[in-house]
Amino acid sequence: MTGTSLKFTRRLIPAYLLALLLIVSLLAPVLPLQDPLAMDTAARFAGPSAQHLFGQDEFGRDILVRLIFALRNSLIVAFAAAILAGFIGTALGVLAGYSRGLTEMLAMRFIDIVLCFPPLLLAMLAVTLYGPGPVTLIPVLAIVFVPSFTRVAHASVLSVRSQDYVEAVRSMGASNARVMFSTILPNIAGPLIVQFSFTVAVTVVLESGLSFLGLGVLPPAPSLGLMIGTGRATLAQAPMLLVWPCAALTAMILILNAFCDDLRDRLDPKSSKIRGQ
Amino acid sequence: MSISETATKPGLSISDLNISFRNKDGWTSVVRSLGFDIAPGETVAIVGESGSGKSVTALSLLGLLPQQSTRIEGSIRLGDKELLSLSPKDLKALRGNEIAMIFQEPMTSLNPTMCIGEQIAESIIAHRGISKSEAKVEAIRLMEKVHIPSAARRYSEYPHQFSGGMRQRVMIAIALACKPALLIADEPTTALDVTIQAQVLNLIKELQEEEGMAVLFITHDMGVVAEVADRMVVMYRGDVVEEGTTTEIFANARHPYTKALLSAVPQLGSMSGSSDPQPFAIYDINTGLAAEASVLKSTVDTSEILLDVKDLSVRFPVQQTIFGKVTARVHAVENVSLTLARGETLAIVGESGSGKSTTGKLITGLLHPTAGKVEICGKPMRQDTRQSLSRSVQMIFQDPFASLNPRLTVGRAITEPLRIHKLASEKEQDEIAASLLTRVGLSPEIAKRYPHEFSGGQRQRICVARTLALKPSVIIADEAVSALDVSVKAQVVNLLLELQQEMQLGFIFISHDMAVVERISHRVAVMYLGEIVEIGPRAAIFSNPVHPYTRRLIEAVPVPDPSRRRDRHKITDSEIRSPVRPGDYVPPARTYREVSPGHLVQDAGPEWAA
Repeated sequence: MTGTSLKFTRRLIPAYLLALLLIVSLLAPVLPLQDPLAMDTAARFAGPSAQHLFGQDEFGRDILVRLIFALRNSLIVAFAAAILAGFIGTALGVLAGYSRGLTEMLAMRFIDIVLCFPPLLLAMLAVTLYGPGPVTLIPVLAIVFVPSFTRVAHASVLSVRSQDYVEAVRSMGASNARVMFSTILPNIAGPLIVQFSFTVAVTVVLESGLSFLGLGVLPPAPSLGLMIGTGRATLAQAPMLLVWPCAALTAMILILNAFCDDLRDRLDPKSSKIRGQ
Repeated sequence: MSISETATKPGLSISDLNISFRNKDGWTSVVRSLGFDIAPGETVAIVGESGSGKSVTALSLLGLLPQQSTRIEGSIRLGDKELLSLSPKDLKALRGNEIAMIFQEPMTSLNPTMCIGEQIAESIIAHRGISKSEAKVEAIRLMEKVHIPSAARRYSEYPHQFSGGMRQRVMIAIALACKPALLIADEPTTALDVTIQAQVLNLIKELQEEEGMAVLFITHDMGVVAEVADRMVVMYRGDVVEEGTTTEIFANARHPYTKALLSAVPQLGSMSGSSDPQPFAIYDINTGLAAEASVLKSTVDTSEILLDVKDLSVRFPVQQTIFGKVTARVHAVENVSLTLARGETLAIVGESGSGKSTTGKLITGLLHPTAGKVEICGKPMRQDTRQSLSRSVQMIFQDPFASLNPRLTVGRAITEPLRIHKLASEKEQDEIAASLLTRVGLSPEIAKRYPHEFSGGQRQRICVARTLALKPSVIIADEAVSALDVSVKAQVVNLLLELQQEMQLGFIFISHDMAVVERISHRVAVMYLGEIVEIGPRAAIFSNPVHPYTRRLIEAVPVPDPSRRRDRHKITDSEIRSPVRPGDYVPPARTYREVSPGHLVQDAGPEWAA
């Protein structure tokens, strides 16, 4: 039994790490941390010390504190955008796949139109029109990722709706809303959860990319993309300035993917192995 | 094929074969000390239900079991070659050349992107190394040999243009491409309609006589065994329980399991003289004793009509011009009228494409008719009344593995109709689920478990329990027992009969299985291409079939009695026609005549003129 329980604990590691990440980044403002914006020009590029574990950047700001706040910004933007996109995209996809006909045609053609815009271009356009910052970033990223959710939901609904159990609830007299949301939706949750994890990860990267270009989070607020941008400029003097934000970005994406993979397996009643039965 | 060549073909000899699979707890034995011989030109059938090890045996002959996780001991000899000691390379050369196999699913065993002729030619080239043009000539010859009409023209057609029966003929042609010594047929007719099944069985026999090969037939259907096999091996959970010539075993089965299997086979014509349904006698597998089959009292109350269907039609457009003009339609159901009284079972029989399932869906309101009406207990079924009427009419589906939501526990699944109609509190639901489970012969403790943990028969019982939750008066059973093993099938049929006794339920029993229909029904409607061609009391339909299609259907049912094998030359190679019609097609006006009270027959159109 020890083998099983060890395996069980190992599978939970991503969940613990993600929980830690979320708690730290959500509680960052109330934790006893230094001010991420406080400069100390005397200690520019200072190496790690007891007070500044990861050292200080080109303005003498604490790198660890800035990383925590940067992760916080990234996660807020990524989760908000992915949730918004998932909600709209799934609703549209389920509706299109279940009702077929004109609704399906309109929804899927709308999605095709959105898909025609390159995501980065769309984001740049919106930022130019409405100015940079998270308030612009969240809806723009959501629009970018609506089509992928709609496509996944639509395709899964098409395969599930022809199953006998869907016919069976209909023959019991269930309303269309009930069939769509309490019978079909739980059965297509697997691919949607994977899509969600993928979207959060890609959004983090895209947000960093936009910030890197100066179109996302504005300085002096901390962001992984901005930190990578400035780290690149000072690569010769202080290579660790580039390494820390890159490592943080990679680690966050790995944790997110591992967690969502595990979540999908756990939500499937057929994979009883995982529940140790 | 000359006689001298026939004589040189080797036979198959299996002795003391043991097969085990590895799982996480070690080795599980799936086949134990199996042994039999097949001489050239002989047919041996391995009979058993799911899990008996019959398909595993076939795969072991071809060396197709995964090597890492399988242990095969014993001896399999083809002629003087010991197959178990051959290298993978030699085995590969053997497959297709000396041993060929045809599978159950003709729909998925052909490559959809290659034309039929090329798929046959491909296997000829692979094994005989002749040129492409020679292979094409040979492929057409083979297609003619398996009776594919206008073979030369159909050479370049694709699998989707072939019907299921025709595809199985193609599979047989591919299997025969290299004149194998042994043909393994794994449930080759299970997925086919009964008239097509008769044709394919006939074809296999005919080719066997010509080629002189040994045939290993794997099946669960005793009727098919009686039809084709010289000898049979009965398997039960990996053990051989009985072995002998087919005539001998059918006449005098010794092992209780064989007896149980034989008794569960419905026999056409076993019920003449009774107008009510009769339960199957259930044999105990260990003792071989039959449980007393209770005599049923009549449940039919003709004073109350539960279901009244009048002139029901539904058509689906399949092809449209860009201006929306329909150029082809499926006439799925055409002018169907029927009634069902309280406590009565009306069976709707027909083959694929006959519109019998569509009729069921129209009655439950899952589909909307193009014309005609459905009345349930006097109330019309319409879009706006569907939800309230669904309390009186419920449905059981064919595939017990697909008709339960995998994300609901058994208890939640059974009480889902109650939640849909907001009829019971959470606590009451638990009690109702427990009592329904007991009612269908399952333990109430399983309510917390998920459907995938149960066998097909148990799942079908769960589905029956679910349909009972709303206390309906009509239950539509769409091929409800077709996917089940024979012995389980008998139990579920008996359960339905018991429930009818108790609750005076009306059943619409949709099925292609004439023998089960004879057991369970009071009246029978025969459908062909969307129309009812004959309807009447069960005894009348079976003893005096009048319409040519009904006759053909009844004649095609395999008879589980080897002494009454059919004259094979009587079977025609006709295909089931398609109900797709041009957009301007007007169905002919049909007239019915009454042969005897309640027995109506459609006047056969010119297409039936012999």
